[in-house]
Amino acid sequence: MESVKITNSKKAILQLKDLSVSYTPGKYAVKKVSTEIYPNTITAIMGPSGCGKSTLLRAINRMHDLYAHISTTGEIILKDKNVLEMDPMEVRRMAGMVFQQPNPFPTMSIYDNVLAGYSLNGIRLHRKEKDEIVEQSLRSVALWNEVKDVMNKRGSFLSGGQQQRLCIARTLALKPELLLMDEPTSALDPISTNKIEELLLELKQEFTIIIVTHNMSQAARISDNSMFMYLGELVEHGNTTQMFTKPQQKKTEEYLTGVFG
Amino acid sequence: MKDKIFRLLLFVAALLVLVLSAAIVYALVSRSSEAFQEYGIRGFIANAEWDPRSATEEYGALSFIVGTLYTAFFALMLCIPFALSVALFNGVYFKGKKISDVVRSVVDLLAGIPSIVYGLWGFYTVRPLIIDLGVNAQGFGIFLSSVVLAIMIIPYASSLSSEFLSMVPNNLREGAYSLGATRLEVVRHINLPMAASGIVASFILALGRALGETMAVTMLIGNTNRIPAGLRDTGNTMASVIANQFGEADGLKLSALIAIGLLLFIITAIINLIAKLVMKKLSHA
Amino acid sequence: MSQDRSISFTSRRAKDKTAYILVCLFSFLAMVPLFFILWDVVLKGYKNFNLRLFTEVTPSSVDALMARMNGDPIPGGILNGITGSVLIVGLAILFSIPLGLFIGIYLSDNRGKKFARTISYLTDLLQGMPSIVIGIIAYAWVVKPLGGYSALAGSVALAIMMLPMIVRSTEETMNMLPPAYKEAGLALGSSYTNVVFKILLPSGFGGIFTGILLAISRVMGETAPLMLTALGASVVNWKVTEPTSAIPLLIWDFYNDPNLVDLIWSSSLLLLIVIFLLNWIAKIVARKWKV
Repeated sequence: MESVKITNSKKAILQLKDLSVSYTPGKYAVKKVSTEIYPNTITAIMGPSGCGKSTLLRAINRMHDLYAHISTTGEIILKDKNVLEMDPMEVRRMAGMVFQQPNPFPTMSIYDNVLAGYSLNGIRLHRKEKDEIVEQSLRSVALWNEVKDVMNKRGSFLSGGQQQRLCIARTLALKPELLLMDEPTSALDPISTNKIEELLLELKQEFTIIIVTHNMSQAARISDNSMFMYLGELVEHGNTTQMFTKPQQKKTEEYLTGVFG
Repeated sequence: MKDKIFRLLLFVAALLVLVLSAAIVYALVSRSSEAFQEYGIRGFIANAEWDPRSATEEYGALSFIVGTLYTAFFALMLCIPFALSVALFNGVYFKGKKISDVVRSVVDLLAGIPSIVYGLWGFYTVRPLIIDLGVNAQGFGIFLSSVVLAIMIIPYASSLSSEFLSMVPNNLREGAYSLGATRLEVVRHINLPMAASGIVASFILALGRALGETMAVTMLIGNTNRIPAGLRDTGNTMASVIANQFGEADGLKLSALIAIGLLLFIITAIINLIAKLVMKKLSHA
Repeated sequence: MSQDRSISFTSRRAKDKTAYILVCLFSFLAMVPLFFILWDVVLKGYKNFNLRLFTEVTPSSVDALMARMNGDPIPGGILNGITGSVLIVGLAILFSIPLGLFIGIYLSDNRGKKFARTISYLTDLLQGMPSIVIGIIAYAWVVKPLGGYSALAGSVALAIMMLPMIVRSTEETMNMLPPAYKEAGLALGSSYTNVVFKILLPSGFGGIFTGILLAISRVMGETAPLMLTALGASVVNWKVTEPTSAIPLLIWDFYNDPNLVDLIWSSSLLLLIVIFLLNWIAKIVARKWKV
């Protein structure tokens, strides 16, 4: 489990220490993963189906709390605080998540959808503040011009790609430290995928992004660093270009060359 | 914090169902104990005598149990060809077509008509027909109530059945057709066998409905408190004797009526349980 | 040889055709009673279906007798039944909706767990209970302690009948919602309570509301349990602890009184109109708010 030192002068924004997640006692979906994520980077988590990448991602924002039979051990340090000991709701405001299926809330308008993080948390804002946040968030996902005249409509008429950008805007509106993305473009067409990839490259200047993807070329295109997981273990974590050209582990090489997965 | 309280409320609400069910059973059992103690459980069930007169007071459930089973089973038998036809109509023959929507809506409306309106219609319109058919002189009886009951349960038997029939996967049907089968053969050899458990379960559920039906039956069955001699005879059911005699009842009579209610509860619960088991077999198949 | 095959093919075709005709015929026959019933109720009921029906209380038997002897139309209406139905069903709604919603949410959230499955099974059991037995229960729990018949007892009975239906429709609606809604809501840092009330319930409104409407239309026509609990009254009554009338109860009273018997059809017509209206609205809501 060697990792290439990622040259970055800033301190790690996220540290995982012996993180393990199990669905049934004795069987681990994620086995003792330890590593660091640095700010303003895009880190791709790759691996074959069932390797634990989504499970790992979801552990970070405590999504596993929803299911009583899942147990998480180890440490997840987000900005000097242990996520596993924090209030889950606070964690989720610091680490936002975008899911595979775009899911704008069906009973809210586009405007309200962007602000959903605030209304759900009972945070009251003035009209002016709301307008500012909505415009800023929608601009940052390049959706503002497309929807500024129909903001009071429900989001269901938007295309898949636009809906996903709306969901990203919704997550960004809360100004999280970390942006967790679980295969965000798997359900989208190539053009929308392209647009969102460009978007992520821009967003990395302000946010730190961890993206789970089953698409190696996507990882190669947009990520600075990549994590390769296999059967719950973190096999390799390093600079993407270096990993793809000269992988340090045999398993990584096999995956990248298509021997399995 | 807020979530803890909310989740607790949800749990308490669900628990209430358990409490309610237990309380219902307790209420029925405790208030019928007087009658069961007087006659013994087997004695009460096997006694066909029902005499509320104070001098010769004697209560037994048998006449009503027989009457209930008689009407319900006969109604089920009458309804099967019709319910099955509607199920095939909606689930296979005209599946997805507009006319199926029409038929479905009509049958839904049939289900919406209250029992008492069925009773009125049965009394004023169907009874003269029964008399004309020469079934019996006054029209009242097992036959009349079963006929109306059959119409009432068609919607219940047909809607679930049609769903099961339509759930048969298309590729199986196409496979059979491509071998040169006629539609009837596909239905007989593919649809019906696959939907069989579901269809049986829906008929059992319809039977459960028929067993508990009160108003229409009480208006049409003749209300004689003895074991009916045959389809042409009058009789009484458990539900209707309770409806009829509960008003002024107290003491032993009240307890006897509640005992009948308990028996009815048990019978319908068992029928519904059987239906559930049959459907479970379907999901494991 | 080929001759044998062609004969059997013709007979198979004939059987197929016959079956098709029988299915259509019997389906048609199954629908016929609806038209006969509607025909009867409408034709016999529209005569007395006037404003009086809604504004006056039931006439006494004597008044009705006098009117008939004079060849006059029967005086009075069913106002006490209408208000009684509103009161009793209204209270039943108040009891059963919040409880039904909560139980439905709980069952949807805890799908598959042992306790939830037990509760689900018991809910089905409650649904299958004959209405007269529910009447006995309400009698035991409300009439006996209060020492008399009451609207409250009637609404308890109807609430018990409505509860399983509302639980089922809520549970099924919640199950049909994409789990992404709940997850996305929680991922934004929301409390579970807020996710339920601000996202899940609004999103599932169509299915839940349909279930409620159907439950209401089901109990509006119930007579048997009310006979044992609300009993009936000849005056308009809004006090929950007093005996109260309801439309089906009045129909039963009229049926049993030779002087008032003509009123059964107009009352039935009103009852059917209300029930069919509720069903129709439920259908529209279901279609419009498809999850």
